[in-house]
Amino acid sequence: MNGSKVFWRGIFGENPIFRLLLGMCPALAVSIAANQGLGMGLAATAVLVASNILISLLRSVIPDKIRIPCFIVVIATFVTMVDLIMAAFVPALHEVLGIFIPLIVVNCIILQRAEAFASKNGVWRSTLDGLGMGAGFTLALVLVSSIREIFGSGTLFGLDIFWFWQSFEPMRIMVSPPGAFIVLGLLIGLINFLSVRKA
Amino acid sequence: MDIKKLTVSSSPHFHSKNSVRRAMLWVLAALTPAALFAVYYYGAYVLVLLLAGIVTAVACEALILMLRKKPVSGALDGSAAVTGLLLALNVPAGAPWWLVVIGSFLAIGIGKQVFGGIGHNPFNPALAARAILVVSWPARMTDWVGPGLVSAATPLAQYRAGNVVPSYLDLFFGFRPGSLGEMSVFLLLVGGLTLIFLKIIDWKIPVSFVGTVALLTWVLPREGQTAFFAGDPLFHVLSGGLILGAFFMATDWTTSPITKRGRIVMGVGAGIITAIIRLYGGLPEGVTFAILIMNACTPLIDRFTLGKSFGSARGAS
Amino acid sequence: MMEQIVIIFFSAILINNFVLIRFLGICPFLGISQKIETAVGMSLAVVFVMTVASLATWIAQTYLLLPYDLVYLRTIVFILVIAVLVQFVEMVMQKSSPTLYQALGVYLPLITTNCAVLGVTILNLNEGYGLVEALVHGFAAAVGFGLAIVIFAGMRERLELAEIPEALQGVPIALIIAGLLSISFFGFQGLL
Repeated sequence: MNGSKVFWRGIFGENPIFRLLLGMCPALAVSIAANQGLGMGLAATAVLVASNILISLLRSVIPDKIRIPCFIVVIATFVTMVDLIMAAFVPALHEVLGIFIPLIVVNCIILQRAEAFASKNGVWRSTLDGLGMGAGFTLALVLVSSIREIFGSGTLFGLDIFWFWQSFEPMRIMVSPPGAFIVLGLLIGLINFLSVRKA
Repeated sequence: MDIKKLTVSSSPHFHSKNSVRRAMLWVLAALTPAALFAVYYYGAYVLVLLLAGIVTAVACEALILMLRKKPVSGALDGSAAVTGLLLALNVPAGAPWWLVVIGSFLAIGIGKQVFGGIGHNPFNPALAARAILVVSWPARMTDWVGPGLVSAATPLAQYRAGNVVPSYLDLFFGFRPGSLGEMSVFLLLVGGLTLIFLKIIDWKIPVSFVGTVALLTWVLPREGQTAFFAGDPLFHVLSGGLILGAFFMATDWTTSPITKRGRIVMGVGAGIITAIIRLYGGLPEGVTFAILIMNACTPLIDRFTLGKSFGSARGAS
Repeated sequence: MMEQIVIIFFSAILINNFVLIRFLGICPFLGISQKIETAVGMSLAVVFVMTVASLATWIAQTYLLLPYDLVYLRTIVFILVIAVLVQFVEMVMQKSSPTLYQALGVYLPLITTNCAVLGVTILNLNEGYGLVEALVHGFAAAVGFGLAIVIFAGMRERLELAEIPEALQGVPIALIIAGLLSISFFGFQGLL
């Protein structure tokens, strides 16, 4: 598999949320508005790329038996860094994402990429893999959160998009927990449907 | 001798081809008096809401069946019409028509067809859709009005606020604001008892449901009070959507337990949740959510109330 | 104090249910809910681990993080505490109670990456809970997780025979059921 394939499959063929079905918690919890989805996606991407690079570098040093704890320590270190950086530079976003920033540690995608890819591949390919998976994750989060924000608040990235339709009454369920489950479920169903038709 | 008449086909043996359709038509008939009362009490606009609910539900059902390449005639088995009517009966008279259309669409789409259609939905479709509407447009779903569509508060809200509530007689005959279908306890009882008499619904769920609400609202002190055995059970039974819910929605075949004990468990469970929400919750009424939660528990209830199958080893399940 | 604890308890189970309202522990909720038996097994393991993790992280927080001003290291310290704890529980269980190990053993490795466990410990820290409150919160949150996953497993078992449209089978339909279950729990809002 060449490098560009490694990158692109994270976005389409093996999209973490829509195809691998990993990392559902943030896709449900911090997808109320598009800017949250984008922020969460970028934060996770940063951790994913950094941990992929470091684990790939250390892959011959880490003993096989205790590799999972080692991966977790590496990931937790980068999560802490991202957490502190976000608290310093984007405090408002950091506040909104709250507990889900430290929880990037247990986001299945990152550990899964460490285990399935970075621990078996070179640095360059692992970087591409991290970028591709991160981009796929971010795109999926932005898609889910945009749908929820448009119908649930009548805005997109905070901008009023129903200016031509003043009597539009937002469907509040979209920005509440049940709406998250239902939107994500229907969206995955739609993507399944489209990919079955294409095949 | 006509051998055909003596040959028994393999099970299951259906008594009637149209049993679903017959039952659904009876349910529609049983709901009609209460629905007509709402038209009489509020005015002709209510008729628009009721028809919007039924027509949308049947049309959505037909459309989805067509997309799923199933026989479209299934949309006319009456179940979609019942869902649409029940949804419309669960909105206040001040609701706009689009609310009923969206609700009816959600009931059939999210509530029923995504699960494979009739017989598979885990939640009562009309109630699931109503809950979505309540969370989505809370102000619209509490737009209670009186005759002539002037604003008014429901008896349960008045009770909450400590205001004067309508007399038992007015509550019984339905002269009070509320969702379209819940007002006339008298007409709902006539319809509900007919269905029980025809064995279309089982008495166990409504009786245990209403009985539990009555008992708990009598025994438990409401929020802010301390005296036990000082409640007003008759008021609680006659107001809100209890009778409509207990007779027409908790008894839905697909979403209620099949065992006898299970049905009692469902009624009692729904009664407990309703009473707790009414007495201590953030909402004045809890029938919808109580039934939905018991719908969710139905597979577990069935599982734990099902007797051991004959001949199975002792101790084995 | 007593009232506070009752509120924490019921709130974590019904009002802020970990899975249905807070979205913590979604992976096991979706992954280990095809059968009621396995859901019950997973719930018991989670109740156990979350209660003990609440205790262990409270100790780590009170005697290590707060006195030495290391709260910013909470994520690393807590995940390590949880990982070690799960490993330890697994070993003790294997030695002392083989039957319990048989029942819960397979779920234990999965629990380290269950975000509900790390989530509850961080919430305990953020809320500034004392020892008893942290323990009650950990226990109740896990019971809420268990309640949701067992009800959910019952519904999924029943749907095995349903003719669900092909594209919606599996995770999509599970998410839609979870959404409707989540909305059912909305009735409890404002209860306390």
